[in-house]
Amino acid sequence: MKIGRRSFLSFLIGGAAGTALSPMPLKLTDDSAIWTQMWPWTPVPEDGEISHVNSTCTLCPGHCGITVCKINDRAIKIEGMKGHPVNDGGICLLGVSGLQLLYGPTRVQTPLKRVGARGSGRWEKISWEAAVSEVVKQLGDLRAEGKSHSVGLITGSDRGTVPQLFARFMTAYGSNNVMRTPSMRDSYELTLQRMHGTRALPGFDFENADFILSFGSGIIDGWGSPVRMFKAFSGWRSNHGKVVQIEPRLSRTAAKSDRWIPVKPGTEGVLALGLAHVIIKEALYSSDFIDNYSVGFEDLQRLVLDKYSPDNVAAITAIDQKDIVTLARDFAAASKPLAICGRGRGSVSGSLDEFMAVHALNALVGNINKKGGVRAVSEIDYINWPEVQMDAVAAAGMQHERLDGAGSKNHPDTRSLLNRLPAAISSKEESSLQALLVTGANPLYTMPGSTAVKKAMAGIPFVVSFSSYMDETAQNADLILPNHTYLERFEDVPTPFGLQQPVTSLARPAVEPQFNTQHVGDVVIRIAKALGGSIAGAFPWEGYQTCLKETLGNKWETLMTKGFRLDDNDRAFAGQMTFDTPSGKFEFANKETGRMPQFSPIKIEGDEKLYPLVLVPYDSFRLAGGYIGTPPFAVKTVEDTVLKGKDVFVELNPETARALRLREGQHAILSTPRGQAKVKVHWFDGIRPGVVALPRGLGHTAYDKYLAEKGVNFNELIGPVEDPGTGCDAAWGIMAKLSKA
Amino acid sequence: MSTSDDNAKQISPEAAGDDAAASSSEIKNKEQGNGFGGPVTLFFILGFAVSLILGWVIAPEMLYSQKKQPIDYNHALHVAEVGDGCESCHFFRADGTFSGVPKLELCVDCHEEVQGEDPNEIKFVEEYVVKEREVPWLIYSKQPDCVFFSHAAHIKGAQMDCVTCHGHIGESETSRVYEENRITGYSRDIWGKNIAGFKKNSWDRMKMDDCAECHQKEFTVQRTDVKTPINRLLDNFIAVSFPGMEAPAGIGDSVQTQRDACFVCHK
Repeated sequence: MKIGRRSFLSFLIGGAAGTALSPMPLKLTDDSAIWTQMWPWTPVPEDGEISHVNSTCTLCPGHCGITVCKINDRAIKIEGMKGHPVNDGGICLLGVSGLQLLYGPTRVQTPLKRVGARGSGRWEKISWEAAVSEVVKQLGDLRAEGKSHSVGLITGSDRGTVPQLFARFMTAYGSNNVMRTPSMRDSYELTLQRMHGTRALPGFDFENADFILSFGSGIIDGWGSPVRMFKAFSGWRSNHGKVVQIEPRLSRTAAKSDRWIPVKPGTEGVLALGLAHVIIKEALYSSDFIDNYSVGFEDLQRLVLDKYSPDNVAAITAIDQKDIVTLARDFAAASKPLAICGRGRGSVSGSLDEFMAVHALNALVGNINKKGGVRAVSEIDYINWPEVQMDAVAAAGMQHERLDGAGSKNHPDTRSLLNRLPAAISSKEESSLQALLVTGANPLYTMPGSTAVKKAMAGIPFVVSFSSYMDETAQNADLILPNHTYLERFEDVPTPFGLQQPVTSLARPAVEPQFNTQHVGDVVIRIAKALGGSIAGAFPWEGYQTCLKETLGNKWETLMTKGFRLDDNDRAFAGQMTFDTPSGKFEFANKETGRMPQFSPIKIEGDEKLYPLVLVPYDSFRLAGGYIGTPPFAVKTVEDTVLKGKDVFVELNPETARALRLREGQHAILSTPRGQAKVKVHWFDGIRPGVVALPRGLGHTAYDKYLAEKGVNFNELIGPVEDPGTGCDAAWGIMAKLSKA
Repeated sequence: MSTSDDNAKQISPEAAGDDAAASSSEIKNKEQGNGFGGPVTLFFILGFAVSLILGWVIAPEMLYSQKKQPIDYNHALHVAEVGDGCESCHFFRADGTFSGVPKLELCVDCHEEVQGEDPNEIKFVEEYVVKEREVPWLIYSKQPDCVFFSHAAHIKGAQMDCVTCHGHIGESETSRVYEENRITGYSRDIWGKNIAGFKKNSWDRMKMDDCAECHQKEFTVQRTDVKTPINRLLDNFIAVSFPGMEAPAGIGDSVQTQRDACFVCHK
């Protein structure tokens, strides 16, 4: 039998009919549909037992209590810890995005050694032994040459056991070049030292205050402890508290406040003195406080009555004379008025005169050490380690002057002047720093004049970063010894800025370390032990956890169970009118100088003829400005009028924009004496004419693709301007010009 | 390959006008069996039969790979030993979530050391307990991740029995072969052993229709209130014009369950 074409077709038709009557077409269709749900890149959430770990967020100085929700070993969500004295269940955008910092691609996963040129991004993965011995060799050699004082340390903070272990290491090693990242804390500490006699953080009882006079502080833009401030702000809304925001730009805080006073930028301190003038002249001050608990009132009186009459102040600040008088009366009439300062998030040290002028307002109305008032919150004193036994090399090293000049004759009370470091390094042919250790900080991005910082750092022969993330500083280091992230490590967390009650919190591992990282505390102890001699002797602990447990003593148990601990020894907040000043009273004028500091406004950099505009930065909740890079969740929330694609917008008053012939959305070149950048123009009625505003937290060259190369780093356009009193950076802006691109 | 038809065409031009040749060609065709009952039919039946065998027997066999459980587990033995039936090991957590297959931690309560002489237990202790490795159990009833399923709602809420969906697995003495779908990676238990999708028992199969079967039965009278304005208008129209007629389903209705929207179960 011959198989013909017909037979063949017939076979096929029969096959088709049979197939149609078999279950396979339906089955395979169904299976292929399910197959599409099984692609390996389809995220499948972990299934398993839910557990919670209480810890503390250390992404910003707000130090909120957090509860990390886990399924099996995977952290799946970060929530605010209920009942925590700082945030009571609240959390901010950055805090909630923290898991992206834990699991995201910006982690440094293992110790790295640079193999290419600095910043070229070519690294060799090395073992922890090799990394530690490299540091030990370099530091050991410098010490042997008697150059221990040429080693510097930059930390994010100087409070808590980890920064203190570093400081201890530096002392035992023989260098006093320990510098912390600047912030408004610098000026507030000095203000309280001068006026209260205590070098301490200010504690504001915002929850019980009813009139907030903010000199540019971004109350809901990240100032102080952000979540707490948010909650306090909501409290004022519902309890008829008043908020007056004094700043040249209609920030989110200004927009939500009861009154916005668009002051001429940089004249906030003058306005404070103008208000003091009205309060004194009209005798609106608290005579009880002035008479019984203060000295130096007369000096203040003389100063403000002489120079800061409302008409003078009106001319300087461009605020109507009547408004000044009304504002002063309202402030003094409130039962719990609070005046605060520190622009935006408070990331610049600021002018001491300005801080003192603002704080004097709190004293004038007598709202000091009272419910709803402000007080000095001393550090909880639990770090009582035995004094370091220095050997001869260390003692000699410690005799050297600090490179930044902090604590010297000119600035005896200032403890750290990181802003001066780049100039100090670059001024000499051979770098005065031979080695630099950086922990919890990203100076290459966060310091004003970041171009100069980068240049200075290029001159330092050996740079070590302890960063968990590949940030700008880590990118330009020689060696990276990655720390665990805050969700993988133990650490004591001191009282956050602005809180009125001292509290110690505990950060503890929510998950096992994800990569080959080590706790920076362990690494310091390890380096110290390897250096031997008296350095090893200063670190009797086996590791960081032993150190922390011993240091916290009986606090440890409470911290492990509750997550935080309020200080028992804290002096009662209400009523105690004792001050640690020589006079035992609040001092408007310092006894040593004998007078209220003559207020001198900070003059910003730039020639008005070449640069007719004033460029100021602004902070927002959506962009992290510190050493932590904004995680992708948060970047997504940035508005189209701030960042579009890779372009950042500068805010410009339509009046100024028209004069410059710049349309909305048009590209422009923004130049300052420090640098220039391509930006887009956004017309904004909420900014004073003649002022340009640029957001902080953009223009990263490091971190992931969601953040890097977007916008402009404000710090590249500005440089530090020294406060004559403290030496700290007090630049609130810089002169600038805008031209068509 | 040339067929008889082709031959006929080749022949016909040469024999144009020749009736005899034409009729002989027809005869030839008949002889070759181009009608019913000839090879064409045979091939049709052949194709039909082959594809049926392929579709009903061979392909289903090929579609699934056969896997053995890492440990041959005896449910009957364990159920007899524990006090609380299925829930002794497959319990609800404090927050109401279902634990599913127990973790090693639970097994270790009894099996920290080898208790009997069963080679499976010895293997379990040596390979997993001592090495602190979780047993990679193959889960017969694992559903795709895109479905929300709450054990609590069914067991605690609806008071259903485990057997209704899982069958008499608690009485099994050995772990049967796990058949894994080569395309989807899921267990054959979901589609069911019967490739046509027929089932005898409620636990033979667990596709969406099987969920729907029960849900439809329980809730035929209930309807969702979520309806579009157009639907509501239609309802009113029907109610007035055709009293007694059932109104059509609202937008919240699922075709399968006549109730709830897709997103109630599907992520």
